[in-house]
Amino acid sequence: MASVEFRHVTKTFGSFNAVSDVSFAIGDGEFVCLLGPSGCGKTTSLRMIAGLETPSHGQVLIGGDDVTNLHPKDRQISMVFQDYALYPHMNLADNIAYPLKVRGEPVQKRHGRAREVADVLKIGHLMDRLPSQISGGQQQRTSLARALVYPSRVYLFDEPLSNLDAKLRLEARGFLNHLQRDMGMTAVYVTHDQAEAMALATRIAVMDQGRIVQYAPPIEIYRRPATTFVANFVGNPPMNLVPVEATHGDGQLQLKADGLTLSPLPMSSGIAAALANSKSLTLGIRPEHLAIAEPGTGNAISGTLFANENMGPESLVTIERPDASRLTARIFTDDHIALTDAVTLGFSPEHIHLFDSTGARIPADREQPL
Amino acid sequence: MTAEPTTPVPKPARRFALLSNRAGAVFLTPAGLLVALFVIIPFFWVIFVSFTNRTLLGRTALNPEFVGLANYFALFDPSNFFQRGQFGFSLILTTQFVLASALIGQALLGLLLAWLIQTVPPWIKRLTETFVIAAWILPEVVIGFAWFAFLDRDQGTLNAMLTSVGLPRGDFLLQQPFWVIVVFNTWRGAAFSMMLFNSAFSSIPPSYFQAADVAGASSWQKFKDIALPLIRGHVVTDLILITMWTFNTFTPFLLTNGGPSYRTELLSIYNYRVAFRDFEFGKGAAVGVIIMLVNLAFALIYLTIGRKKRV
Amino acid sequence: MKLTFPAFAGRIAFSALAALLGAIFALPLIWFIFAPFNARAELGITVPDPWTLSNFMTVFQNNFAMQALWNSLIQSIGGVILVGAAATLAAYALSRSSIPGKGAVTYILLLFSSVVSGSAAMVPIFLIVSAMGLIDSHLAVILTFAGGLLPTAMFILRDFIDSIPKSYEESAMVAGASPVQAFFDVALPVIRPGIVVVVVWAFVNIWGSFLIPFILLRSDKLMPASVAIYSFYSEAGTPTVTLLAAYSLIYSLPVIILYLFVSWKFGFRFFGGIKA
Repeated sequence: MASVEFRHVTKTFGSFNAVSDVSFAIGDGEFVCLLGPSGCGKTTSLRMIAGLETPSHGQVLIGGDDVTNLHPKDRQISMVFQDYALYPHMNLADNIAYPLKVRGEPVQKRHGRAREVADVLKIGHLMDRLPSQISGGQQQRTSLARALVYPSRVYLFDEPLSNLDAKLRLEARGFLNHLQRDMGMTAVYVTHDQAEAMALATRIAVMDQGRIVQYAPPIEIYRRPATTFVANFVGNPPMNLVPVEATHGDGQLQLKADGLTLSPLPMSSGIAAALANSKSLTLGIRPEHLAIAEPGTGNAISGTLFANENMGPESLVTIERPDASRLTARIFTDDHIALTDAVTLGFSPEHIHLFDSTGARIPADREQPL
Repeated sequence: MTAEPTTPVPKPARRFALLSNRAGAVFLTPAGLLVALFVIIPFFWVIFVSFTNRTLLGRTALNPEFVGLANYFALFDPSNFFQRGQFGFSLILTTQFVLASALIGQALLGLLLAWLIQTVPPWIKRLTETFVIAAWILPEVVIGFAWFAFLDRDQGTLNAMLTSVGLPRGDFLLQQPFWVIVVFNTWRGAAFSMMLFNSAFSSIPPSYFQAADVAGASSWQKFKDIALPLIRGHVVTDLILITMWTFNTFTPFLLTNGGPSYRTELLSIYNYRVAFRDFEFGKGAAVGVIIMLVNLAFALIYLTIGRKKRV
Repeated sequence: MKLTFPAFAGRIAFSALAALLGAIFALPLIWFIFAPFNARAELGITVPDPWTLSNFMTVFQNNFAMQALWNSLIQSIGGVILVGAAATLAAYALSRSSIPGKGAVTYILLLFSSVVSGSAAMVPIFLIVSAMGLIDSHLAVILTFAGGLLPTAMFILRDFIDSIPKSYEESAMVAGASPVQAFFDVALPVIRPGIVVVVVWAFVNIWGSFLIPFILLRSDKLMPASVAIYSFYSEAGTPTVTLLAAYSLIYSLPVIILYLFVSWKFGFRFFGGIKA
């Protein structure tokens, strides 16, 4: 296993900046997810670690060695592709053993090793089949077996679960998590599914428009999103974001928006700095921190009922505000919630997030422990 | 994130590609040589030869002289331009041939066939397709001989059928040679248009037609209002391709030899006669240049449309 | 669904029309179903009585005819090997390397290949082949066809290779394969169906061709079957119909078999789109 490092890496395709001056380090044995919407540069970053793209500027290091211009075959890495890239003309045994074949292992030995890995992944009984003769889940495991069959310094995953249906995806996700605990491998995992990233990663790098917006452990990403972009991207349903106007005086901050009742908050140095720029802030509240409340009581926000979806263990209640924006509350009850047209959602002030006019999180003077 | 100074690393000399530029160049070499030798050099050489009086035999075979535009003036000589066996006659004949056999014959018949076989029972579809495609894939000399036999004055199948319904026999290859090659080329080439339109029709989602059925449209209305507008791109492709192929075809030679008395001498056949029977390479090359100019015009139109579609 | 009467009548009319057109297309070919098996075949259609293979025996005993078939085979296979190998390498380079200007190369190739037809370029092709001292040799026909068919073959194959995910070779290289290993172990087997189609297409084109061997070859012992058949029915006063019928059928057989093979393996629409 080895560490991975990006030093000021930029990748341009023509005039398009796929990755702009990205620097980050992945420690030995870490499982890092690159998370972001399509076109954010996460796959390009992964392919630069693999050597399948060459950076336009900057350096890529594996295990402390500069591999920027090294051919993929010389990097001692493994990669699982989104489309699995199983060779249609080889049976499973030959597919899995192919990396050993190019390393010059004798056929007996490489088939034996392939069988061992395949047995762990519960595809050992399919070794004579062609990739076209097995199911999607089995294909996914075959490509995983091919990546695990030889010793590697880094394991790369390019959205490996995105072609599976929902149930299989959960199962495969659990297996990958188990594997990571077992092997302690260094892994870089590209996904656009925030739940996958939360479940698997030791650290998540959230990417947007070729840059890393936040690089932190999942819990920190969730509890202290660095920007409204991260707040909106992580969590399902995403964080509710409400534009507010701020006024302050006497060390107190007053936030105003249609239908919002919020007692004054204590000022902090961060807020003061933000207000020096603009009085327009964004208030964020996670859906699970909203609850049905009586009108006119405490801190709350009100609107008209838009949707009331009972999901079994929880209900999603969505209200619409006068400016047509919507807020969703996630209420943990298996009862149907009877609601009238006007709904008030209450919350407690320690659960609110504040972002400045550029969308950056305003840190508290003394952050609560995660 | 580290706070090192941003020292721009010089651009790497070698960018990763699945095939390096050097290997790519090696891979391209055999094909490049063959294409250069037999496609690109001929293109320029034919232009060069068309300005000389090169012949197959005799003094000018080895030392052709530069004659400027003399070959072109000879082709476009107004005193005999329209005479049979001359360039102008052949050019007009070829134009009529393309119009009648490709643009009208092949395209319309292909369209009709493609539309018909969408709806008929599978066994009729298969049978009809088999014969239409057979006419297209069989080698041209076999087809030439088949028609030679089919049109024979004394024993040919066509005359036997005409006699059986009480119509007079005819020696069509002598009496109507132009229409014979028009029908022949329509018959020979309709398969391409049929298959192209057929695949175009089957790329239209069936729900479009079902929606029209629900709305009470007739077969003609479905064809005119739904199918035709959706396959317009295919129609243009088809028309350009079959025009180019028909313009360059040499196959009628196998049926008529260009005769009788030059009445079916298409440009390709005229070119062959001038160059390889009369041995006037210079003049033949000039005909070749004109054929290539026409081809170039069509190819440019085709590639321009193709590129637009790709973007 | 119950059909209304007009719809039912319409369907009958459509079927009748389609069948009629099919019959018209069949008419000039019906002769070939009977004449090869009729020892007394003439140009008219007569049902053989009795059915016999004696015409085929005549063909097999005719040295010129058999030699011509052999020549067709040499020229077609020679051309196909050249086209297949050169087109595969070139198409792979056009699809997978980042050689500058490869888009322009493809465009120019397509343009030239459709502009320089056999009819237009017969004079310079003849002159080049004479300049190379190859007139009246198998190699002349083989090379001319290889050059002429290559642009289209490369284009078809490049499209085919473009449609194959790059992840095949990428995964091989990440797993430790060199570019050469990735090409031979992974890319080539995956491209094989495309190569088969191109090879079949090139074979059918060369096998059926008439004009090029007609102008490049002079001696009887090099003539392919296409030129032989033409000389059988055009030069001799009355064609030897029995021989011609059987011979034409034998000569057509590879084309028919390959056509059936391709339509069985790939569906014939694919084949239909590429005969040029």
